[in-house]
Amino acid sequence: MEGTMHADAKIRAETGTESGPRGPGCSLRHFACEQNLLSRPDGSASFMQGDTSVLVGVYGPAEVKVSKEIFNKATLEVILRPKIGLPGVAEKSREQLIRNTCEAVVLGALHPRTSITVVLQVISDAGSLLACCLNAACMALVDAGVPMRALFCGVTCTLGADGTLVLDPTAKQEKEARAVLTFALDSVEQKLLMSTTKGLYSDAELQQCLAAAQAASQHVFRFYRESLQRRYSKS
Amino acid sequence: MLRFINLPQIYFNTCFRTVEPLEYYRRFLKENCRPDGRELGEFRTTTVNIGSISTADGSALVKLGNTTVICGVKAEFAAPPTDAPDKGYVVPNVDLPPLCSSRFRSGPPGEEAQVASQFIADVIENSQIIQKEDLCISPGKLAWVLYCDLICLDYDGNILDACTFALLAALKNVQLPEVTINEETALAEVNLKTKNYLNIRTHPVATSFAVFDDTLLIVDPTGEEEHLATGTLTIVMDEEGKLCCLHKPGGSGLTGAKLQDCMSRAVTRHKEVKKLMDEVIKSMKPK
Repeated sequence: MEGTMHADAKIRAETGTESGPRGPGCSLRHFACEQNLLSRPDGSASFMQGDTSVLVGVYGPAEVKVSKEIFNKATLEVILRPKIGLPGVAEKSREQLIRNTCEAVVLGALHPRTSITVVLQVISDAGSLLACCLNAACMALVDAGVPMRALFCGVTCTLGADGTLVLDPTAKQEKEARAVLTFALDSVEQKLLMSTTKGLYSDAELQQCLAAAQAASQHVFRFYRESLQRRYSKS
Repeated sequence: MLRFINLPQIYFNTCFRTVEPLEYYRRFLKENCRPDGRELGEFRTTTVNIGSISTADGSALVKLGNTTVICGVKAEFAAPPTDAPDKGYVVPNVDLPPLCSSRFRSGPPGEEAQVASQFIADVIENSQIIQKEDLCISPGKLAWVLYCDLICLDYDGNILDACTFALLAALKNVQLPEVTINEETALAEVNLKTKNYLNIRTHPVATSFAVFDDTLLIVDPTGEEEHLATGTLTIVMDEEGKLCCLHKPGGSGLTGAKLQDCMSRAVTRHKEVKKLMDEVIKSMKPK
């Protein structure tokens, strides 16, 4: 049973004005999420943020190689394939970020000596790629029925040369920005699970971005909830 | 019938440490200290040795407690990239050989080495430690490429801090000879007698924390502490208090307030490291 949920998640900030598809200030792009579209993996999801699209498949809990097994919890593996070329060092770094984020929320202790594999394929990259990967991974883990203590979401924000904050930037905005910060936040208390940043910024700007990301994450979690409600109410 | 022999306390402690490492650690953390006697916010003894490798253009050896990292910088010629003809290259590589720890096998670099390499590349890029335009000799034709090789000799946790410090110290030690392009032959002429130091614009310093039981933050984790921790956080700061990198690869969640505490610790650490490095460089200058 699939649920194609095209949520129009154009969120206006308290202060931002809305003009056309993106207004100045804090507004997220159009979200779309589709679950259970692949037949082989235990769970799969495709998440689109504007033009950025990532397809994720989750296998697990499944058998694990003896060399990799952990006696008291599940072994999480993440594979990230870029759109073009072979995976390189940057992909390995992103895999580690996604894997550690998933490990923090997945209740691995319920499935000891098993493996949960998350495979991400980048379909198109138009900015905020890591955040889209995280969102897609979360939806896929939910689709697979992997027990988790919380949901998580990814939010990217950029700081312009004059200090303006833009959430969910496009590729062009990321290139022109002074700093690009990506956060992963959990759904229970909006705590910071993962963070990776590029560029120079001050401590106060970090707190500002974190607060904006926490506010935006509420919208993402609401989108998750609506998406799942839609899907399960049909069946 | 069981008879309990009166074992000496130290034997009991080592058994307990092996069997229940987390519980052993918790007992220390409750008293706000760690098994090696440090406070929660205290770094291990940091030592740095600059210029030890004579065959490299710049080198530094950093010891953070037991963790030892050596950085060697070699400068070579290359054609500048076509999309940026006035820039040179800085190519870092972190190697974690089987020598440093039993968990690494020989062969292609493992995940941890690749992540560390990417981290160092990001720090160089974000902090603008060297202006890449300074490495250009002749726009579009010739530029310097600095190969920075960091090798861990002993792995006892907190590899990122040690690597960042080693890289910074080594780059401060690099001396590049003057190069002129001969107009007639269009070949580069290297004058080994005149050597200049690199223009290091900022001094990024990394401070790493480990998160225990989702609440407690300790600074400069050892290998054992990293293994028991539920999350890690690395902050790279430059002298103006600007952040070059906030690297938190998953793990337990942190609130904004906890991050603030980490920032202040990172600021003090930056002062300590800068002071140490300036002292060492000053003591080295008459060469």
